[in-house]
Parts: sequence; C-alpha cells; structure tokens
Amino acid sequence: MTGYILVFISAILVNNIVFAQFLGICPFLGVSNKVSTSVGMGAAVLFVMTLATTVTWLLYNLVLIPLNIAFMQTVAYILVIAALVQMVEIILKKVSQPLYQALGVFLPLITTNCAVLGVAILVTQKNYNLLQSVVYTIATALGFFLALVIFAGIRERLELYEIPEAMKGAPIALVTAGLLALAFMGFTGLIAVPW
Amino acid sequence: MADKKKLESSFKNMLIVLAAISLVSALAIGFTYTKTKPAAEKVQLEKSKKALEAVLPAFEKLGDKYEAEGCRLTPAYKGEELVGTAVEAVSNKGFGGDVQILVGFDAEGKIHNTAILSIKETPGLGSNMANPKFKDQVNGKDPENFKLSVKKDGGDVDAITAATISSRAFLDALNKAVAAYRSGKK
Amino acid sequence: MSAWKEFTKGFIKENPTFVLLLGMCPTLGTTTSSINGLSMGLAATVVLICSNCVISLLKNVIPDKVRIPGFIVVIASFVTVVDLVMQAYLPDLYETLGLFIPLIVVNCIILGRAEAFASKNGVLLSAADGLGIGLGFTMSLTILGSVREILGNGSVFGFQFIPENIDKILLFIMPPGAFIALGFLIALVNHIKNRKAA
Repeated sequence: MTGYILVFISAILVNNIVFAQFLGICPFLGVSNKVSTSVGMGAAVLFVMTLATTVTWLLYNLVLIPLNIAFMQTVAYILVIAALVQMVEIILKKVSQPLYQALGVFLPLITTNCAVLGVAILVTQKNYNLLQSVVYTIATALGFFLALVIFAGIRERLELYEIPEAMKGAPIALVTAGLLALAFMGFTGLIAVPW
Repeated sequence: MADKKKLESSFKNMLIVLAAISLVSALAIGFTYTKTKPAAEKVQLEKSKKALEAVLPAFEKLGDKYEAEGCRLTPAYKGEELVGTAVEAVSNKGFGGDVQILVGFDAEGKIHNTAILSIKETPGLGSNMANPKFKDQVNGKDPENFKLSVKKDGGDVDAITAATISSRAFLDALNKAVAAYRSGKK
Repeated sequence: MSAWKEFTKGFIKENPTFVLLLGMCPTLGTTTSSINGLSMGLAATVVLICSNCVISLLKNVIPDKVRIPGFIVVIASFVTVVDLVMQAYLPDLYETLGLFIPLIVVNCIILGRAEAFASKNGVLLSAADGLGIGLGFTMSLTILGSVREILGNGSVFGFQFIPENIDKILLFIMPPGAFIALGFLIALVNHIKNRKAA
C-alpha cells in the first residue's frame, strides 16, 4: 500500500510529467491562459490517459506479445489512442451534454498530446502489471493537471503586468515554466520509488 | 493535379484504404525488423561483453549465469580456474531513477572494477558517477575492511560533489552486489 | 523556383520552433547538448520527408473522413523504421534520445505538415517542404542544444573550451534551464523581427 502512495507522490511532485519529463508541453503552453480551461483540459487528459493506458496494456500483453510483434507497438498504440479519443467524443456527446461541452473541445487536441502516448510506452517499458500501470497513469495525469492549473493561475496574473515587447507571449510563458520547474526540482530525491 | 477527384468517403472505400495502408505499413516494418534484428542483437551482446571485459580480471571464458539475492552473477574462468565473478545490481535510490551497475570481483573477493550500465542522473552532477575519479575509489578494495558508504554516513568513500544522493545510490547498488556475491559464491 | 521557396521558408519565416512553437516536447527534452539536438532534429527530418512524400502520393486515394488516421499510420510506420534502424546501428544515440524517438509520431510538426501541405501539393514540393521545415527544426534544436551545452557544461559539440574545474551554470542542462533558454531564444527572435518591422 505504501508503495502505491509513494508512486503517487513521485509522479505528481518529483517526476512531474511536464517539468521533469517534458511530455505534454504543447497543451501545457497552449491551453493555460485561463484557469477554467486548464481544469477542463486536465480532466480530459486524466480521462483519456487512464483509458488509453488500460487498453494499450491489454493490447500489448494479450495481442502483440503472443503474436511476437512487439515492434508494431508505436503504430498500434497511436491507432488505439486516436480511435479511443473519437469514441469518447461520440459517447460523451450522446450520454452527457454538459460533460461534452466541458471537455469536447479538448478531445481532438489529445490525440497529438505526446503525454498520452508517452505514458503508454513508458508503462510498457517499465513492465508494470495492470494495476500498477493504472495507478501510475492516474498519478501522472494528476501531475499534469496540477502543473497546468498552477501555470494557468500564474499566467492570469501575468496578464496584469507590463512585459517587454519581445518577451510577450511564448517567451515569458517559457521562462515562467522554467521557474516553476525549478521550484518542482526542490522535490527531487524526496523519496525512492519502490517500483 | 488539383482537379483530380478525391476518393469518396463511403464506408467501403474508407475500410479498404485504411486496411491497405495498415497492411503495407505492417509489411514494411516487419521487413525492417527482420533486417535490423541481427545487428541490434549483436550490439547488445557486444555491449555486455565489453562491460564484462572492463570489470573482470583477464579471463578466457565465461561460465553460465546464475542468480543470487535478485542479482545476476557471471563467473569468469581462465582454463578451469575461477578468476572472477561479475555481478549486475540495481538501486532504486537514484536521483532520477534506477541506477544499474556491473561489479567485477576477483578470485579473492576484492572489487576489481565497476561499470555503470544505465543511469538517469542529472547530467553534469550525478552523471559524474561514471567518472573514474569517483567510481575507481572502490577498485582493489576488499569489502571486508572497506566501508562502502559515503564519508557523510561514516563510510570510506568520497561522494560526488553536490550529488550525495547519486553517490549513495551507486553504493547501495554496490552493497547489493557484494551481498549477492557473498551468498552466491560457489 | 517555387520548390526553393518551400525549402527556405522553414529556416526563418516559418521556423517550427522559434516562430510556430510546434514540437516543444522533443525541443526541450532532448537538447541537453548540441549533438543530441542535432540528432533529434535529423531523425525527425527523415520521418518528415518520407511521410510528406508518401502522403502527397496518396492524397487522392485516401477518403477525406479517414485522412487523419491514414496519415498517422504512415507517420507511425516511418517512425518505427527509424526507431529500429537507430536501435541497430546507432545504439548510444538511441539510448540518449530514448522515449522521444517513438514520440516523433505525435510531433505536431509532422502531422501538421501532412495536413497543411503534403495533402494539397505535389511530391516534389512536399519533399522540399519537408526538407526545409525539418532542417529548420534541426537548426533550432542544434542552437538550443549548443546554448545549453555552452552555458551548462562549457563545451560545444563535445569540445571542452572551459576547463572542467571551473564551475558552469549547471541549471541550463537541467530541465528548468531548457524552458528558460528557449524562452530567451524566442524573445531574441521576436526582438530581431520587431526591429526589422519598425
């Protein structure tokens, strides 16, 4: 049990997917202008990422390995993720209008969010069992969520300040992200991950 | 070019085209895989051979690998005489992830040499673990009378500057290797 | 010479990293040194040229509604081929770039060029576009990698010009330094552009 808690802390604070592993930077910079949209994006990523890792785990261990075609991993995973995103979009539209309105616009963006494919591949490389994979994925997605919301909060504040012409937009956002990453670095070495 | 008609998006067309693309892609990847596989395996083999040669005293042939305390041991022989044993050990106490090392022991149980197999430590700090200035401190030492921990923890090893955690992880893996070597010694 | 124009635009006017801000993950993740940045850029360029050519050839055969999945399969196949070849013949580099090789699949630059350019233009132009954008990407990564290596390690392309025993700004090799260095590089590009416009 403590193992699972440690993995949670590690994935959220110590090995944060955005600040330490450089995955999911595009949505991180793209949809972090407002706290409200960043919450939507974070939730959509959490949802799709968990689903995607579960399905790709099953696909890898029940299909690719038995057939001895593990080298088809990248192609198979990206197809599954693209199909999943489409399916989630269709189902959401039919089942829950409010949820669709909240998450819908973010879904197409997620296919090309490298964090989703990245985590699916990482989990495969680390040889986790299904439960470990799911726990790791949820923790990682929460780390993404946290990074995104904090960053959006700071950017909302940044709007109020006068910034040199050349630093406006992406440059100041990147430097801010760098300082945030520096803050997160304070957590490194905090705990040893049990698996 | 532009006035050429695109294929209609009927269900049949979509299915056929996607299936055809996937098939061609699978064939192309399968072909590359079979072509590159021998080279990839050779690279892996050579890498592990090089690491073994680096950490062990001169040997003629390697014996069968066996396991002890969760580590993998490879004995090395000169003729019939055992000249050393290489132990693969992993520590999860690294700064950036697992620290995987290979430790060579000579016939008397002294540490002959060590090699870093894979680390994800901070470049420029923890990655200095591979620097001879740090890792060669333990070479030729007998774990019986040389304390394998950093001086801060009361041991005999100088830690890497500004990377105590990485140093501890290296020594953690090293101690695991020593334990495995002792329990697995034949 | 329109092919020439398609080729050159990737370097400055439509530079994917500094101007369009695409493909940020590998840009930040792999540029700990000039050589790593250069290799990552070249790997992506190979995939980009191949996928642009094939997609341009297939543009009339793929029905509109399934064009994105079709493109993705083509791109993923080339990525896997590059991945396998690197694993076999460039093992050290493969280990350094790690996860970012399979992740070329989701690099927005490649899918973006397929959708915006290759699916509408001929093979020659698409190849020129792929080469130009790819080399522009490579150039940006090499610059960022060099800046980080110079500041953080006192060397460039592995050539040490600041002695080992002098302290460098290690921060620039670590993750936060990647963000900060890229931020200031983009600011510099903006500054030059603003000056030209004024």
